[in-house]
Amino acid sequence: MPQELPRGSAASLSIAITGSGGSGAVTAGSILLAALGKAGFYGLMTRSAGPQIRGGESAAMVRFSPEPLYCMGDQFDLLIALDWRNFHRFLQEIPLGTASPVLYDPALGEVPEELRLQPRLERPWKRRAAAIAGGRLNLVALGTAGALLGLPCEALETGVQKVLGHKGEAVVDSAVACIRAGFSAENPNLARLPKPRPDPNRWLLSGNEAAALGSLRGGVRFVAAYPITPATEMLEWLAPKLEQLGGALLQAEDELASINMILGGSFGGMPSLTATSGPGLSLMMEGIGLAVASETPVLVADVMRVGPSTGIPTKSEQSDLHIALYGLHGDAPHLVLAPLDIGDCAFTFQWAVGLAEQLQTAAIVLSDQFLGQSRAILDPPPRCETPLTRLKQARERPCRRYLYTDTGVSPMPIPGESPCRYTADGLEHDERGVPSSLAEDHLAQLQKRRRKIEGFAYGEAWAEIQGAGPLCLISWGSSAGAVREAAQRLQAAGQPTRVILLRLLAPLRRESLKAALAGAEQLFVIEQNQTGQLFHYLHGAQVLPPHARSFARPGPLPLRPGEIVRAVRSEI
Amino acid sequence: MATIPTPSLRAKDYKSQIPPVWCPGCGHFAVLSALTKAFAYLKLPKDQLALVSGIGCSSRLPAYLDTYGFHGVHGRALAVAAGLKTARPDLIVIAVGGDGDGFSIGGNHFLHACRRNMDFTYIVMDNEVYGMTKGQASPTTQPDWTRSKLTPHGTGVRRFQPPAIALAAGASFIARGFSGDPTGLSKLFVEAIQHPGFAFVHVLSPCQTFRPEQRAWKQQVHPCSLGTAEDPARAAELIHRDDGMALGVLYAQQLPVWQPKLTQRTSLATIEEAFRL
Ligand SMILES: Cc1ncc(C[n+]2csc(CCOP(=O)(O)OP(=O)(O)O)c2C)c(N)n1
Ligand code: SF4
Repeated sequence: MPQELPRGSAASLSIAITGSGGSGAVTAGSILLAALGKAGFYGLMTRSAGPQIRGGESAAMVRFSPEPLYCMGDQFDLLIALDWRNFHRFLQEIPLGTASPVLYDPALGEVPEELRLQPRLERPWKRRAAAIAGGRLNLVALGTAGALLGLPCEALETGVQKVLGHKGEAVVDSAVACIRAGFSAENPNLARLPKPRPDPNRWLLSGNEAAALGSLRGGVRFVAAYPITPATEMLEWLAPKLEQLGGALLQAEDELASINMILGGSFGGMPSLTATSGPGLSLMMEGIGLAVASETPVLVADVMRVGPSTGIPTKSEQSDLHIALYGLHGDAPHLVLAPLDIGDCAFTFQWAVGLAEQLQTAAIVLSDQFLGQSRAILDPPPRCETPLTRLKQARERPCRRYLYTDTGVSPMPIPGESPCRYTADGLEHDERGVPSSLAEDHLAQLQKRRRKIEGFAYGEAWAEIQGAGPLCLISWGSSAGAVREAAQRLQAAGQPTRVILLRLLAPLRRESLKAALAGAEQLFVIEQNQTGQLFHYLHGAQVLPPHARSFARPGPLPLRPGEIVRAVRSEI
Repeated sequence: MATIPTPSLRAKDYKSQIPPVWCPGCGHFAVLSALTKAFAYLKLPKDQLALVSGIGCSSRLPAYLDTYGFHGVHGRALAVAAGLKTARPDLIVIAVGGDGDGFSIGGNHFLHACRRNMDFTYIVMDNEVYGMTKGQASPTTQPDWTRSKLTPHGTGVRRFQPPAIALAAGASFIARGFSGDPTGLSKLFVEAIQHPGFAFVHVLSPCQTFRPEQRAWKQQVHPCSLGTAEDPARAAELIHRDDGMALGVLYAQQLPVWQPKLTQRTSLATIEEAFRL
């Protein structure tokens, strides 16, 4: 059942902190986010870095609100410039409102020409930091900003503890002194935000962490992978956790190895995962086909970045949908899912592991750089409560590993645990797994593999559906956040709007989607890629009326709610 | 795992009912038999044996055994084996394949399996040709072999030296066998399976169909005259002077084995606590 659209758009504030290498923009942003959480706000932080491997300019973008947030806003309400070196690199990423002030220390140089018309707030951070032992300008600046925003100083101090606590007491003491120095020089406050509702049960985590957590909840205990931005943090978080949970992470020599290693782990009975990005996914395709043919469950996480080829490794785009859907050779039905927001990474990954296990196939989950590397304050992510497990019990010998059943799922005995031995095979085979090139065996196995994927009852989680208006916005994956907010604005402006956010992309729940589209008059398919990959997929499946429109825009700039609202309004 | 040790299985009890697709006289038959003899000698429980392979005539072997098996894609047997052994250290894992599978398309995995030194066995049936795809040159083919349409003037490329490369990559056990010497071969398999770490057995296994001249191997093989070397420098010397026909254990060394201990120390609920504000 469609839920009500939440009324009105969340009142929120967006702040950008920029600086050159070593200026501590990201540290300041991280402390600010933790402080906002402590003060009772929901929040979201994305970061941006220059092309340098280490150091180089960086920016932290923080948006917060008393209501949950799923995307960055249209523009920034405050710019905190720790210095101006290479500032022009961020110009496009940090659109400022006409009245948005620039907060800076004039001792660090001239305000760039492009910001000439912004209101200015000048503070002597450098001088204040110099007066403190081990003093750091970014933290004095954070103190100033916190006071102007009306945050309690204790919240900032808790943030310091959370972010810098592992560096020892001396560092924390000096950081707190800096924050106080900045804070106490101000008369609060600039912002007039609705009062937040503090809740200590909220969580602070990144999408990569949520995805990793969801995988563990789903039972994954073996991971093999090759490092790649922006998937690496998922692996970095998982390695010690797997060790504590009696599992293991194996750093593979390449992605050809990682996918085949997890096939080995899964064949051994352990739910297994690999995480990569577009280039790695391309290398894994043959192995994913083997998972489908041999019916060995695996989960492949693709934390998408701008492609093709090496593309823009540190920026987000939703352009791997087609390779995930169509990249396998042969007729190879498999699962493709995409989480809809940071918290949903936990649910979607857990569900995907369960589905792969239950249906003995490959699940590709499309996260992306925005979801993966952003951090959010959110309510504890819900679990997937549907019990999904691998069918292991076989009785017969010789084992009919690929037995034809009504569901298409056959028992998969585990080595060392069952006398029903068999050889898993990527060669076409008969029920016993014996290689066969007979037409009837091929057809029967194709049908079996298709039946188990298409005939499964996936329940309600295939999509999130909100509202019931004649204007219908369809989206998937990380664009869902901006689409949700655009819909709220359209709704608030008197335009009844419906939102359909697809979590399960393959197999497409065609009939459910058609039912959800009933009564929709204007339809827009919204996504962050150039060619409208979802739009064409849905058209191919003949679920969209001919007048449905595509709103597709490639990365690296994030999709913003305002541009969606404008695009929709210009068409209706 | 709770498997009751099977009361002495005979070698043929390890064979499955599936008839091999191999050509009459193919060297791979003898490898299959020698393996079953080694299993019987070591009294290995069938439920705990997992044979992993890639693609090629030689890679068909797992299906001919009544054990667990995983017949994957071309060149990736070692990756599958590494994943399986990591997840299930209690299993006896054996990867098998051909020279094309292991040294060409799977060459990178070969290097890293040698240096990772996980406790499993790797048997390469080297016939110096791609049998399954009907007779092209492999990395171990002589540079002047002109019988393939792909390389009518020969490859003109020096041969891949499996034992030398295994040694350089850090392998801890290197042996060479010959399918014309089944008794010697099964003894090597026994030693390889018992070796703690990655055990590489290079088997000269003639291709009757595309390399009939390999029948002469019977006269050319000889026992490894210098004996087994434990010292890598001595082994390097031995292996570099090798004519490719020396049979026996060429090198064996106790080296640290990579295998994470799979013991649970905490609960997921505890891990989740850390996300609380
Ligand atoms: C990705 C991929 N490329 C190519 C092939 C075709 N192919 C199948 S087996 C083989 C070579 C097998 O040679 P070898 O490993 O030496 O084994 P043999 O058949 O000689 O025992 C090739 C190239 C394939 N199956 N997959
Ligand atoms: S082609 Fe050669 S390797 Fe293949 S089965 Fe025949 S003899 Fe053996």
